[in-house]
Amino acid sequence: MSTIGSALAEAGALLISFDADFLEIVGLSLRVSLSAVAIACLIGFPLGAAVALFKFPGRGLVSLLLNTFMGLPPVVVGLIVFLILSRSGPLGVLGLLFTPTAMIIAQAILVTPIIAALTRQIIADLWREYGDHLNSLDASPLDRIGTLIYDARFSLATAVLAGFGRAIAEVGAVMIVGGNIDHATRVMTTAIALETSKGNLATALGLGIVLLVIALSVNAAVQLVNASGARKAAMA
Amino acid sequence: MVTRLTAALTILLLWFAGAVAQAAPLTLASTTSTDNSGLLGEILPQFTKTTGIPVRVVAVGTGAALNLGRAGDADVLLVHAREDEDAFVAAGYGAFRRDVMFNDFVIVGPRDDPAGVGDLKDAAAALARIAETENTFVSRGDDSGTHKAELRIWRAAAFDPASASGGWYKESGSGMGATLNLAAGLNAYTLTDRGTWLSFRNRGDLQIVVEGDPPLFNPYGVILVNPARHPHIQADTARAFIDWLTGPDGQAAIAAFRIGDQQLFFPNAARP
Amino acid sequence: MSSLQTILPLEIRQLVFEADGTRLLHDINLSLASGRRTVILGPNGAGKSLLLRLCHGLLTPTSGEILWRGAGSRERAIRAQAMVFQRTVMLRRSALANILHTLKIRNVPRPERRERAQAALAMAGLAHLADRPARLMSGGEQQRLALARAWVTEPEVLFLDEPTASLDPAATRSVESLVEGFHAAGTKIVMATHDLGQARRLADEIVFLHKGRLLEFAPAEEFFETPRTDEARAFTAGELLW
Repeated sequence: MSTIGSALAEAGALLISFDADFLEIVGLSLRVSLSAVAIACLIGFPLGAAVALFKFPGRGLVSLLLNTFMGLPPVVVGLIVFLILSRSGPLGVLGLLFTPTAMIIAQAILVTPIIAALTRQIIADLWREYGDHLNSLDASPLDRIGTLIYDARFSLATAVLAGFGRAIAEVGAVMIVGGNIDHATRVMTTAIALETSKGNLATALGLGIVLLVIALSVNAAVQLVNASGARKAAMA
Repeated sequence: MVTRLTAALTILLLWFAGAVAQAAPLTLASTTSTDNSGLLGEILPQFTKTTGIPVRVVAVGTGAALNLGRAGDADVLLVHAREDEDAFVAAGYGAFRRDVMFNDFVIVGPRDDPAGVGDLKDAAAALARIAETENTFVSRGDDSGTHKAELRIWRAAAFDPASASGGWYKESGSGMGATLNLAAGLNAYTLTDRGTWLSFRNRGDLQIVVEGDPPLFNPYGVILVNPARHPHIQADTARAFIDWLTGPDGQAAIAAFRIGDQQLFFPNAARP
Repeated sequence: MSSLQTILPLEIRQLVFEADGTRLLHDINLSLASGRRTVILGPNGAGKSLLLRLCHGLLTPTSGEILWRGAGSRERAIRAQAMVFQRTVMLRRSALANILHTLKIRNVPRPERRERAQAALAMAGLAHLADRPARLMSGGEQQRLALARAWVTEPEVLFLDEPTASLDPAATRSVESLVEGFHAAGTKIVMATHDLGQARRLADEIVFLHKGRLLEFAPAEEFFETPRTDEARAFTAGELLW
């Protein structure tokens, strides 16, 4: 119980003090996860929309794989990326192991299936509504995807938040490919793991509370933007 | 719309590039015990200040650190498993090995000492008695230097703990800190290096029960990953680091590191 | 509607449509020429909607042919047509934006789009609702917006699938007057309805369908005065058909 009390006190102190090391860790967490989500959207939106809209051989299988990979274990992804980026691995020449870039790659792999699978479902549902109209207009495939993604933007925003939540909260992938190097690849989750392993439970919990606060802020910000936009467009 | 998208993509790529185009610092693979004790956090900044070379520490078990060296994913290793270090160099993965420092292991256990080992001076005898009384013992179980030292003592006690794995003998497969968390939580015995123990804050009811026995001696070695095998490694900065660590400045920094007012690591690099 | 090569008349030959093993349209033969307002009449389930969708290209026939005159490519043919559905499809945007979307799809140059969209809104009596979210408009307003959307594509043929089925009389009248506007501008009207009154008001010729078969095809006056089949007689008398 006293641990929780000290944890809250430590969380408060961290937030107020703007300690340089702490801010560095928070900054890196956001940079890695937001970059990963951005990449995941660039790949996931068109991929999900394409699987929803176009018939091609193996479509059912792709859909199944996307849904399955939503649950990829982070530590497994981390291990596979580690083996690929290791100097002895196929992409070793890039020298990316133990860098934030490696962490972004690993998290992007984790988040892309989430974005793609949810996009597929959202776009498929919207197509049931818009299909006749877009067919009647004889819209090009690109125009179809563009129209659907734009009109589904609020539902897609929720999908993006789901992806962000997954990225900011995971520790397995970034620990393995990043190495939790102080001032280089240490993020909030790996810092929490480290403090826990040092027995500094109050500090670890404090960091955990801060992580939740940050995740809450991101979600709140998106919700605010959504609410005003949705009212304007009447997403009934 | 397209121009906005392009602008966003460009910014994204630049941000990305920023991540990739960092100056290449020295990568040191070391053990969780060294890192968790706080030693590296204390002495490495001194090295960076003097030479301007930043050092990135990847802290894993000794076994994993040696693997990183084998693959060429680290430039220099600081570990504590003498036999394995020698084999590593002999096999050509390391260019050479040098003594750096030593500390010692201690056996910690519950304050009420149910196995009654507190009066023993002999580490092997203590472990034997723990096995006899089937009191809970937590092992690193992760191929680390500490783990290998623990197994050496079990061999000296002529007992194979593998038969009891999952019962009173629990292998955590984790670093020193996580293992101590487990021991504190189970109120069990475990072998730990003194450095991690002194800086560990979640001791629960545990205290040192056995110390000072020569088999608990724990020497550290520094190894240069073989540049002939991995041409890309930072061989020059690695050599500079090793020279500093085993030279008067590094050795003094090691000796000066204390927790409370207790010295944790004792420098023992051979004087040239 | 200026196009160097018209796609009319439309020839429908031996058109058959089956779904799930059931034959829903039996051997339809029909020729639709420009100028005359064609109303496809029949009870619910007669196949009116199917016929429209097949003509417009939203469905593929099981067998038979749908031949637009002179249309080399399918793309050319469908882009010269427009369709308004019974349940309107409103994009999640403002009324004006809905029309702008259609103009964008048709690759109308960007500077022209706004003006043309506003003109279409004005034509449909919706200028005051330009910024209203389309999904918040009333049923009648939405159908008029759908017609305004069709208007900017300058179609040769306008298909309407029971556009006023769920509208009140006033809204129905305003939609019908917009349809008249298309007709006056030279667009071929092909409209499905089960509403006798509406058929009488709007039709120049009637295509009477019953249970997937084309029973009668005649000028409107002739059909209403002297229906040739029993089913047509019963239907125009307001009786239920089985």
